[in-house]
Amino acid sequence: MCTYTTEKIEIEGSGKGSTGWFPLTQAIVYFDHPVHAQAEHTLNIDFSNPGRGPAARVAVELTEESAYALIGAIRAALAAHVTSDSPATTSG
Amino acid sequence: MNEELTAREDFYPGHEGDRVQAYVARPLGDGPFGGVVVLHHLPGWDAATKEITRRFAAHGYLAICPNLHWREAPGASPDDASATVRAAGGVPDDRLVGDVAGAAAYLRAQPGGNRRIGVIGYCSGGRQAFLSACRLPLQAAVDCYGAFVVGEPPPGLHALQPIVELAKDLSCPLLGLFGAADSHPSPEQTAELAAELARHGKDYDFHTYDGAGHGFFSVDRPAYRQHAAVDGWQRVWEFFGKQLAG
Repeated sequence: MCTYTTEKIEIEGSGKGSTGWFPLTQAIVYFDHPVHAQAEHTLNIDFSNPGRGPAARVAVELTEESAYALIGAIRAALAAHVTSDSPATTSG
Repeated sequence: MNEELTAREDFYPGHEGDRVQAYVARPLGDGPFGGVVVLHHLPGWDAATKEITRRFAAHGYLAICPNLHWREAPGASPDDASATVRAAGGVPDDRLVGDVAGAAAYLRAQPGGNRRIGVIGYCSGGRQAFLSACRLPLQAAVDCYGAFVVGEPPPGLHALQPIVELAKDLSCPLLGLFGAADSHPSPEQTAELAAELARHGKDYDFHTYDGAGHGFFSVDRPAYRQHAAVDGWQRVWEFFGKQLAG
């Protein structure tokens, strides 16, 4: 392990894992050695639902550049939503 | 040495008598054989670590590799189990020591064993190998790039508190294999550990490889560094060959 730095947040939503869709309750984010990606270190995210067991997990391992690109894409998508589809806009 | 061996899964009583899953490999023949407890890295009880366990048997040792993530995730894949343990903050130290004590007892009870037991660990297992050797009566220990023996862990992995103060209790010779490009542990941290061991008159032998970082023994990862791994394995064979003979 490189950093051991682990961020844990509670989330609401759903994910599709090896056994199909399930509700997500938790996300773990850490920068460390990947299991599968061909890089020495990656930004890893485990979307999971501990109440449903260890296999209730959707995992991604992203290169640093990809992780930053994803942050930008998420922010852009959310900003577009706020601009075009937020309750304040649509109710006005 | 003919390198013939058998390997299988077994269960043994670990910390507080808990049933713990383990991968066990042994050489063919009558012995006498030394014993090695193999402690897997934080990514889990995976194929690469089982391969290492077989390697010890091929070199004439009774070897056992406990699944340290068994309790949190029985039957889960290694990466899922590792994610679960990471989310829980890591493997508790007391439980780890109990599991290693049980694994050592398992090896001492094996036919053909000479009752001399070493421990080797990689990554988080490196720290755990040092921990075990300070809290249990063992005959040899190898720490492969174990982080947070020295230095505060970041928030989130609360189980990994620094344990350098245990150096005074080290029960056996310690071989340390580290990468100069590693930051966990950094060369400064391993130097601090070496100084503490020297202060207490302990038998230790540390090697830090240039051009290698964390995980240089991992043949299935980009971190693999051939020069460090080849020399490191040679030092392991010489060290265990001396300390576990009998």
